[in-house]
Amino acid sequence: MPGLKDVMESVKESQVWKSVARNPLPSNARTRALAVLNNVFLHLHPVRAPQSGIRLKYTWCMGGLTFFVFLVEVITGILLMFYYRPTVEFAYADIIDLREQAPLGLMRELHRWGAHTMVITVWLHMMRVFMTGAYKPPREFNWVVGVVLLLLTLLLSFTGYLLPWDQLAMWAVTVGTNMARATPFVGYEGPGAALLKLGDINLVHSADDVRFALLAGRFVGEATLLRFYVLHCVAIPFVATILMAVHFWRIRKDGGISGPM
Amino acid sequence: MIKIIINWLALPYMYVSIAIVLFFLTIRSRKLWTGKAGGLLLLGSILFLAYSLTDEHFRGLVTRPDNVPIVMLLFAVGFFVWFALKQAHENDERVMQGKPLDEVAWKDKVFVWPNLVYTELICMVVATIVLVVWSIYIPAPLEQPANPSSSPNPSKAPWYFLGLQEMLVYFDPWIAGVLLPGFIILGLMATPYIDKNPKGNGYYTFKERKFAITIYLFGFSIMWVLLIINGTFLRGPNWNFFGPYEPWDIHKLVPLNNVNLSEFIYVKFLGTGLPKHWFFREIFGIALVVGYFAVGHWYLAKKLLKRFHDLMGPVRFHLMAFLLLVMVATIAKMYLRWTMNLKYIIGISEFFFNI
Repeated sequence: MPGLKDVMESVKESQVWKSVARNPLPSNARTRALAVLNNVFLHLHPVRAPQSGIRLKYTWCMGGLTFFVFLVEVITGILLMFYYRPTVEFAYADIIDLREQAPLGLMRELHRWGAHTMVITVWLHMMRVFMTGAYKPPREFNWVVGVVLLLLTLLLSFTGYLLPWDQLAMWAVTVGTNMARATPFVGYEGPGAALLKLGDINLVHSADDVRFALLAGRFVGEATLLRFYVLHCVAIPFVATILMAVHFWRIRKDGGISGPM
Repeated sequence: MIKIIINWLALPYMYVSIAIVLFFLTIRSRKLWTGKAGGLLLLGSILFLAYSLTDEHFRGLVTRPDNVPIVMLLFAVGFFVWFALKQAHENDERVMQGKPLDEVAWKDKVFVWPNLVYTELICMVVATIVLVVWSIYIPAPLEQPANPSSSPNPSKAPWYFLGLQEMLVYFDPWIAGVLLPGFIILGLMATPYIDKNPKGNGYYTFKERKFAITIYLFGFSIMWVLLIINGTFLRGPNWNFFGPYEPWDIHKLVPLNNVNLSEFIYVKFLGTGLPKHWFFREIFGIALVVGYFAVGHWYLAKKLLKRFHDLMGPVRFHLMAFLLLVMVATIAKMYLRWTMNLKYIIGISEFFFNI
């Protein structure tokens, strides 16, 4: 009778296994290096890194956690998109169905609490980077990219806030976007807007100012829902993903994880 | 009894003053609390939260599903500020004793597999467990279907914008919603270009970067996190102030008697009534604002922070000084509102230009 060890051994010798996992399990310096180098996900990392920089005590793993929670948001978000229709007629009922009818009715909870978590972890990540002075040369530009990513995280969360189409959603977004109409020059109640005139005709008014562009209307309505849906599910994640790639790439190119010079 | 005192301490000018004093005290006395005392303090605050949960109104507020992350944020920020300053303090001590930094002592390179990959795996597993348990026990909130004709009271922005919504009390929307967040983003982006201090790059330290760290922590913990806490827990119907143990009474009467600076001067002191033309009406306010920034820049550059000015050069320095002055002015305006009911320093409603 072949034992478990023999079975494992023959699996590892098989053509299928060898084609998937190119290297043996990491056990010595060479195989550990290969494990990182030959894997598309792990090769975000260098093969070796200073111990001071990879200790939990130093990084708090906050950047990594932020990225991980982003992935949780992508996966749960895709699952939610199978059920959710961004129209005034269906949105609210679909959210109820997500809880009552859909299998694994936890996805909206995971998505919402994950979103809150991501906002918190991204702030703490920024605090860690600041406290260790890791934005100093040569990492200045990566800090700027990070600030934009933080802003995008907040915007992702904000656009998602509207989608359940309940009282909380509608009025939080109303309060949040009301400020836009006071933008100097491009908001119709902003200082300077009254100066932009052609003869008697105001160029900036409530139907063409920056708030109108945001809401696709004078009020939060059907068109706003669609606009926020597209921003939330496609547009902002698209930009954020590209910037994340830049952010991670630049960590490596700017000399790896920060540490004393 | 304790609750009455705390409700009183939670009045805006009280608790913001206390927070600001406490902030600078904790920064100064970091020796005391970066050790075990800090841990005890955290434990004490958790016990205090537990005690507070016996209050019905407070419990209802804190355990509202959307407010749970804010309680988490409060403790997370407290813990990580302590954790960062503890390591900074330890490093400063090592430097004083002539020992190498902790980060230098551990600078040897190790293999990322398994040293980092396993840490990440454990973090991911823990995060997953936390999220799943959280999701099982606390359902995501869902209120009545959206109804454009009935607005809830209070209407609140998402919690991470509550600091800005609080600013709406003291400033017009173009400042609170556009200018101030713009300055925050600009200031953060400009930070690495403003901060020319070559020390403290890549390790925890406080002594070598006192100014930068103090400003950052002040902005983050007081002006961002504290105002979020304030907006979540202390702002009730009609955006009125309520103590943490004070029930939200929708009929609470708060006199609205805010006055502009121009009215203070022309009506109260000179007794002449407001001039017709806006320029003469607002001339004192304009002089005050322009004077504040002019004198502020001069004083910072020539006296208080002369050392920085020489080090950084005029462009960097005045960008930093401007952001710093805006920060101080924001707090000053909040105090003026609380103590003197000052509405606008410059109030040119003709052009929607009110400061």
